[in-house]
Amino acid sequence: MAWMAWTWPTGIFFMVIASLLVVFTVLAARYPETPRRGVLGIETTRGDRLFITLLGSAFINLAWLGLADAAQWWALVISVVYAAAVFRWV
Amino acid sequence: MDKTQNNRAWFLVLPVLILVAFSAVIPLMTVVNYSVQDTFGNNQFFWAGLDWFRDMLHSDRMWNALGRQAIFSAIILVIEVPLGILVALHMPRRGFWASFCLVVMALPLLIPFNVVGTIWQIFGRVDIGLLGHTLASLGIDYNYTSDPIDAWVTVIVMDVWHWTSLVALLAYAGLQSIPEAYYQAARIDQASRWAVFRYIELPKMQGVLLIAILLRFMDSFMIYTEPFVVTGGGPGNTTTFLSIDLVKMAIGQFDLGPAAAFSIMYFLVILLVSWVFYTVMTNLDRKDVTR
Repeated sequence: MAWMAWTWPTGIFFMVIASLLVVFTVLAARYPETPRRGVLGIETTRGDRLFITLLGSAFINLAWLGLADAAQWWALVISVVYAAAVFRWV
Repeated sequence: MDKTQNNRAWFLVLPVLILVAFSAVIPLMTVVNYSVQDTFGNNQFFWAGLDWFRDMLHSDRMWNALGRQAIFSAIILVIEVPLGILVALHMPRRGFWASFCLVVMALPLLIPFNVVGTIWQIFGRVDIGLLGHTLASLGIDYNYTSDPIDAWVTVIVMDVWHWTSLVALLAYAGLQSIPEAYYQAARIDQASRWAVFRYIELPKMQGVLLIAILLRFMDSFMIYTEPFVVTGGGPGNTTTFLSIDLVKMAIGQFDLGPAAAFSIMYFLVILLVSWVFYTVMTNLDRKDVTR
């Protein structure tokens, strides 16, 4: 595995993503849901909303890195707020 | 109505998951690991945090390549999609000529990318190429190795020649699926040719056209081989598209960290656009089902 050049931060990053996938898979199996139509006007399930959250968070973090001069933690805070909004309204 | 679900079917997906893990997920994870570190070879890595991402986001080189790439993809879509539809509309629907046209249209798609590049590289040369020599004898000052506009025109025409067939074939498949009754109804109503296209053919082709646009966008956004063979990214950097720039950075300069950060951002853009297309397509399908 040395060739993959693992570090603790990237390891934790992937573990969080993997855990989210496992949790959402279990949720989908245990508590099946009907897709709903939110502010985007498209049908989404919990999994879709997770994808929109993760992809959007990546862009929020990149935008923060490129445009703002403050600590990167703030981008994470914005991402959490964004995630809550996506799960509530999308 | 209760739907019987057998989740054991998921095991059938396992081979694909394993294949994707080895061909995509593990390499992608490695790229993420590289993007936060610096290396001078010998498998030794030094933590760099988000510095490469910051550098790339402030790099004119990356933004210029992205700009060129976006312009290239936009031009390709604007030309190839209407041209493909036009070709499909004029292809015979049945008989010998229908098969003949299909084979002829499929030919450019069968040629390997580097061969397409080589064909056009020779074709455009002023000394020995048919195109270059003909243009020169007509008094047109054409030289794709030194003039940026000529280089762009050559790369675009080459891509149009190579890939318009794909759009045409997909549009043709869409047209073939329209039942004759629609045309009969249009004839009874004395609909014009434009009305038939606008209200029958275009809506019926919507699904395949979206797939065509998605495929052409993704392919043109990742284009590497053909422009690399023809222009090598030149003259200067004028045809250095994202993937050419990325390869120069990763393999030419061995800047693995910045190249990894660059790749991740490149990947995110493609992922975003593909998701938008996928969402639009699936929503259209649902509308069709409920209609």
